[in-house]
Amino acid sequence: MNVKIIVRGKAQGNLLVAKNPINFLGGIDKKTGMVHDTKHDLFGKSVAGKILVFPFGIGSSVGAYTIYSLKYNKCAPSAMICQKADLTTASGCAISNIPLVTMSKEDYDSLKDGQEITLDGITGNIS
Amino acid sequence: MLELTKEEEDALDGKHGETLALAYRVLVAIGEASGSDKLIPIEWAHLSGVNYNTIGDAGVDFLSHLSSDAKFKVKTTVNPMGFDFDNVAKYGLDDEFIKKQASIKKSYEKMGAISSFSCIPYEIFNVPKRGTHVSFAESNAAIYANSISGLRTNKEGAFSALASALTGKSPCSDLRDEQNRKPDLTIRMKVEAKDELTYGMLGYFAGKVAGNSVAISGAGRLDKRSCKSLCAGMGTSGRCGMFTLEEGEGEKIDFDQKELQNIHDELNTSEHGDVITLGSPQLGLEEIRDLSGMLKGRSFTKQCMIFCPRAIKDQIRNLGYANEIERAGGEILYDCCTCLSPLIDKDEVDSVTTNSVKGAYYLRTSNEVDVNLKSLKRIINEETK
Repeated sequence: MNVKIIVRGKAQGNLLVAKNPINFLGGIDKKTGMVHDTKHDLFGKSVAGKILVFPFGIGSSVGAYTIYSLKYNKCAPSAMICQKADLTTASGCAISNIPLVTMSKEDYDSLKDGQEITLDGITGNIS
Repeated sequence: MLELTKEEEDALDGKHGETLALAYRVLVAIGEASGSDKLIPIEWAHLSGVNYNTIGDAGVDFLSHLSSDAKFKVKTTVNPMGFDFDNVAKYGLDDEFIKKQASIKKSYEKMGAISSFSCIPYEIFNVPKRGTHVSFAESNAAIYANSISGLRTNKEGAFSALASALTGKSPCSDLRDEQNRKPDLTIRMKVEAKDELTYGMLGYFAGKVAGNSVAISGAGRLDKRSCKSLCAGMGTSGRCGMFTLEEGEGEKIDFDQKELQNIHDELNTSEHGDVITLGSPQLGLEEIRDLSGMLKGRSFTKQCMIFCPRAIKDQIRNLGYANEIERAGGEILYDCCTCLSPLIDKDEVDSVTTNSVKGAYYLRTSNEVDVNLKSLKRIINEETK
C-alpha cells in the first residue's frame, strides 16, 4: 500500500473502521474514548488503542484538543488512517504525536474492521 | 512535498527552542495534509480552544506549559471563554471550572493575545485589506472572512492557528490559492421563508454537501444576522470554508422545503425550551440594536441569556440598548457564547430554545439537552409578552 505520511510514527493494532466522518468535538467522549454521538455508526464503541479509520474529520476546529485530551487521558487511537486529512485531525495528531497517514480510495476501501495491521509511518509501509 | 527555507528547517529541528519546533511540526503536518508546497506569512491569527469546556485539563496544562516561554509573533485574538467573570457568581458554576478558565485566560494573555474573547472578530476589529492572509480557527469567522470580508484563510484548526500565531506563517494550500476559491457546486435556495434560522439550516445543509467552496443562488439579500447564521451553520456540519452568492459552474442541487424539514428534524428535539439563548455566534452591535427595538414594551416570560463580545459593552450601555434588554428580563453576558457554555447544565435544564443552528448542534451533542429551534421573530412572539 502506498500511504502519505502526515504525522510520523509507528503503530500496531486492530482497525476500527468508521463509515461516517468524525466530529471529534462532541462526537467522542474525551475522558473515555467512547463515541457518544448517537447518529454516528461507531456509537457506543471505544477508539482507545485502535487504529482508527475514517474518511475525514468534520466540525469545530477545537476538535484538535479533543484528540490531545484523548492522548492525555490514555484513551487515544494508536494511529489514524484517513482518505483525506483535514486540518483539525492533522494538527491534533501532530501535537499529540499520533501517527496519521492517508491513502488512495482503493487501498482505503480494502481495509477491514477488526483486521490487525502494523503501520510504519516512517517508511510508509502497512502490513 | 513541502519545501522549507533554511530558517524554517532550523526551527523545525529545535535550533530556536522547543516551542517553535512544536509550532513548525504542526505547520508541516497540516502542510503535508493539505498538499501545500511552502509556508507563507499571515497577518492575524484568531484562536479557538479558549473555553475550558472545549479543551479540558489537557488543554489547560498544554497552554500553561507553552506560555512559560512562548510569544505570539502577529496580532492574535481569541474565541469566547466559558462564562463572564463579572457575573459568574450568579450562575452557581463550580470553583474548579472558574479556576481552570482563569488559567487558560492567563496563558493566552501571557503569550500576547488581545483579550477579545469573541467568535466575531470580523465585527469588532479593523479588517485588513481584501486579499490579506489571516489564520482564523473559529469556523464561522473563517467562512465570514473568506466570503464577506475578502480575506484569505483556511478553516484552521485550534493548533494550526496557534502555530500561525507563534510563527506568523501558514501553509499555502486550499482556500489560500485563488483557483481553489472557485465553487464547484451551486446550491439553489428554493425555500420561501427567509429568516436567520432558514439561512442557518441552509448553511448546515451546504456544509454537509460542499467541498472547499460553494455557490449559493437565490438567497436574496442577507442581513447581518442571516449572514452570520449561514456562516455558523456551514461551519458546524462540514469542511466547507467559503461561499459566494451567485450561480456558479458545475453541479447544481436544490435546498427545498423537504431538505429544510430534514435538517429541522435532525436539530430540533423539543417543542418547548426551559431557557432561551441568543448568540452563537455572539450578537454584535447591530443585532443588539435590533433586539432592543423588538423588545420595546415587552418582557421575556422565561430566562433568556444573550451573548456578546465585551468590545461593544460601553456602546450598548451608552446607546440605551443594554438597559432596554435588561428591563425586558434579558441577561447580557460578555466574553462567552451559547456554544459549549457550562452555564447550560443538563441537571437543571431539559431543553433550550434558540435561533442558532450551531448552538442547537452543540447543545444536543455536548450539553446533552434537548433543543427547541425557532427564529428570533417567533421567539419574540411566543416567549415575550
